[in-house]
Amino acid sequence: MSIKTKHVDGDDKGKVMLFALSTCMWCRKTKALLQDLNVEYDYADVDLLDSEEQDEAISLIKKFNSSGGFPTMVINDSNCIRGFDEDKIKEVFGK
Amino acid sequence: MSEEIIIDKDTVEKAYLKLKIDAEEGGYHLNNDLYFAKELTKSLLINEKRYGYPSCPCRLASGKKEEDLDIICPCDYRDEDLNDYGACYCALYVTSEIIEGKKSFTAIPERRNINKAQVLKDNILPSDLTKLSYPVYRCKVCGYLCAREHPPEICPVCKAKKERFEKFL
Repeated sequence: MSIKTKHVDGDDKGKVMLFALSTCMWCRKTKALLQDLNVEYDYADVDLLDSEEQDEAISLIKKFNSSGGFPTMVINDSNCIRGFDEDKIKEVFGK
Repeated sequence: MSEEIIIDKDTVEKAYLKLKIDAEEGGYHLNNDLYFAKELTKSLLINEKRYGYPSCPCRLASGKKEEDLDIICPCDYRDEDLNDYGACYCALYVTSEIIEGKKSFTAIPERRNINKAQVLKDNILPSDLTKLSYPVYRCKVCGYLCAREHPPEICPVCKAKKERFEKFL
């Protein structure tokens, strides 16, 4: 993956990659919840990427989330949480 | 990478007040979670600077206005989402039920692509309607209809621009 990502420290709960938009409040809520649950994760604000990286991000997102919406969270390159699904995020990463 | 766009607090405050007045005049409501609504206002200002139009903060804009007309705020999907979920996709707009605390707002599913397919299917006109003396234009934002040669510059109801009108009949 050649997309520039940012890292957030926390407990290792698997490989967590979050595709977000810097302008979206649901994406911000998702980031805040991951931080509350102390989850280590990487993220990309797709609206801030250059157009080549954006295309790559979109095709990665669509593999897991055909609607292509934000946020899309990919866990261990296999599972996906679509949108700000608070209950599901807590269920997967809850203490 | 796009450079970060900074919008000062005063600009956000003014834009928020304008949005709020326009919303209330048209019978709509901004989210009464002030932090949420003002951050979304800021996001709209950022998108306006970045793309040249205030596209939905929760959707990735293409940068090409003609492809993004449907997601310029207020988006074409706001009214249906308000009806079905009590909030629009980004939750800038909510219903009075949510304001009154009878219902809470949550993240909702995207209807954009589903609707686009539906429009193509629905655009078949019965032949007797083609004999109208004037074409009928429909505002895709609020549903306002007018029978005249061309759509108005600005929708008199919701203030959406001319380009948001479609030929309806």
